[in-house]
Amino acid sequence: MSTPILMQANQVSRLFVKRPDYAERLAGLLGAKVASHTVHAVDRVDLTIHQGEVVGLVGESGCGKSTLGRVLAGILPASSGTIQTPAGELASLTGHAAHAQRMATQMIFQDPMSSLNPRKRVRDIIGEAPLAHGIVARRDCEDYVVEVMRRVGLDPDFRNRFPHQFSGGQRQRVGIGRALAVKPKFLICDESIAALDVSIQAQILNLFMDLRHDLGLTYLFISHDLGVVQRISDRTVIMYLGRIVESGPTAEIFKAPRHPYTQALLDEVPRLSNRKRRFHAIKGEIPSPLNPPAGCHFHPRCPHAMERCKTEQPLLREVGAGQLAACHLLDNAPRGANP
Amino acid sequence: MTSTTTPTLSVRNLRTWFHTQAGLVRAVDDVSFDVHPGEILGLVGESGSGKSITGFSILGLIDPPGRIDGGQILFKGTDLATLSKEELRQLRGNRIAMVFQDPMMTLNPVFRIESQMVETVLSHERCSRKAAWNRARDTLAAVGIPSPAERMKAYPHQLSGGMRQRVAIAIAMLHKPDLIIADEPTTALDVTIQAQILAEMQKLCAETGTAMVWVSHDLAVVAGLADRVCVMYAGRVVEAGETDDILDHPRHPYTVGLIGSVPSNDRSGDRLYQIPGMAPSPLALPQGCAFSPRCEHASERCRAEQPPIDTGGGRSYRCFHPQTGALL
Repeated sequence: MSTPILMQANQVSRLFVKRPDYAERLAGLLGAKVASHTVHAVDRVDLTIHQGEVVGLVGESGCGKSTLGRVLAGILPASSGTIQTPAGELASLTGHAAHAQRMATQMIFQDPMSSLNPRKRVRDIIGEAPLAHGIVARRDCEDYVVEVMRRVGLDPDFRNRFPHQFSGGQRQRVGIGRALAVKPKFLICDESIAALDVSIQAQILNLFMDLRHDLGLTYLFISHDLGVVQRISDRTVIMYLGRIVESGPTAEIFKAPRHPYTQALLDEVPRLSNRKRRFHAIKGEIPSPLNPPAGCHFHPRCPHAMERCKTEQPLLREVGAGQLAACHLLDNAPRGANP
Repeated sequence: MTSTTTPTLSVRNLRTWFHTQAGLVRAVDDVSFDVHPGEILGLVGESGSGKSITGFSILGLIDPPGRIDGGQILFKGTDLATLSKEELRQLRGNRIAMVFQDPMMTLNPVFRIESQMVETVLSHERCSRKAAWNRARDTLAAVGIPSPAERMKAYPHQLSGGMRQRVAIAIAMLHKPDLIIADEPTTALDVTIQAQILAEMQKLCAETGTAMVWVSHDLAVVAGLADRVCVMYAGRVVEAGETDDILDHPRHPYTVGLIGSVPSNDRSGDRLYQIPGMAPSPLALPQGCAFSPRCEHASERCRAEQPPIDTGGGRSYRCFHPQTGALL
């Protein structure tokens, strides 16, 4: 791809360690074996995001998609690995460069009620950051807020209202306005439309697409809803238990998924065109991330699992044009064939 | 639709109104539908459309200031309003069961699964604890819970979300009810777990002839599950009919918009069809058709008078300007 790279994650991991509590430390002192609990929320992930593209990040709850989003946004530091930005490595940025990078990446959360300060007026929610960062002067702030509110489809007359005085869809627009107010280049949307009604979802999705068109934004769109991701994203990345199992151009992934998990996931998506169908479920539950299965994380649920899957972790390899999948079944398969 | 058999559930002109201090909320207004044995009816609508209140009304779970102010709920021909409290108790959990969205609300967090299930069996049937326990275990196995005998000993918090919802469904299925009201039981679950639950529910309905009312905001789930669909808007059923018919040839502009808003078709990159505006406040519903302020086909007449239900060919809709059925 010729478009410049906006962000590139190399082998990024994020661990959460539960420190042993008092009783466990005591038991440890007395000679009992106390294991510390480590969750590999994100496990050696490579991800490249080009300027101007929409990347859909899909997975079920607990797969680490939100954690990855937060690491890329700089909210959580990565435990290991590097994140390259045009200005340099994310963690090593200092001073003005770090400041600019933080502003260029903004996040929009799932629940606007808990991500907006309930005691602030919309005027202040949207206007505070640009004012603090010197994007607008105090006397122009009012006009700036009006402009941002118009852009996200809110009536500027509501700028003195509090978040609770809005409906869910409008609140989400306030959240989008707040993110846009600092003129970001990259928006990370973490399940931003999951809590909205279908007709409101469509309105917000259209707003995202319009903003992308007008402002040339790049999106990382985190969602569990494959229908939404198919509609909005150029590239789709599928995660399972902290690892990327498949990634590639959205059209390719939805037409010819190569990883058994992706295939199963796509089969499960309820669609308007699938009437009175028999639901066939992937057997079993998502394993606990505290104790993931060895080898390929998906093998206990995989219909094609072999001996090798239980011990050896499959690596991502190219299986088609721009399409990567991590599955042992694809090792010997010719490019373009399904396992 | 076979009209010769008695429907398991027949709701006739149901009105559930909330007499709040701020004013009268017509949460459910003049809603009618039938569900026949073994049939799955999808009750679709957005938040505030009255779909859940319809479900609660059937089980008599409406608390003041809400009240059923009119209409009939006939369960196998018997009007539920004429039954005494005790007779209702005998029906609920036995012949009519409900599955809620959040299983943690259904399950008592301080009791083991076995105590809760055995209690449910014994409250409606005279049998030994042992027999009740065995029946509970078999029902857990039937809804796809692995090693059910061990799970019987577990507390709700020790189970995953999908597992808990299965337990809630198993409790609903214990007495092989004639009717299950399912209020968004898979909304909080992951896609693969949702598919597992849908598969179990489908199987159980087909095997036992249980009728089901599936309340959901998700048109795509209903498309895969339901035989017939009722679309609700602002407390009223705006369109009802066979699932295929409704999805392929929607007549009401709201249904047309709702189908267009679902982003699961293959035209990626395009703008989605969006219904302008938002649902009206239930305290101040517009005059005439409640959808008229958002409807591009609305005329003076729509703003002045309520469209009556138009029925014909197994279809009914409330609209003065029914669409020809061309999808957006």
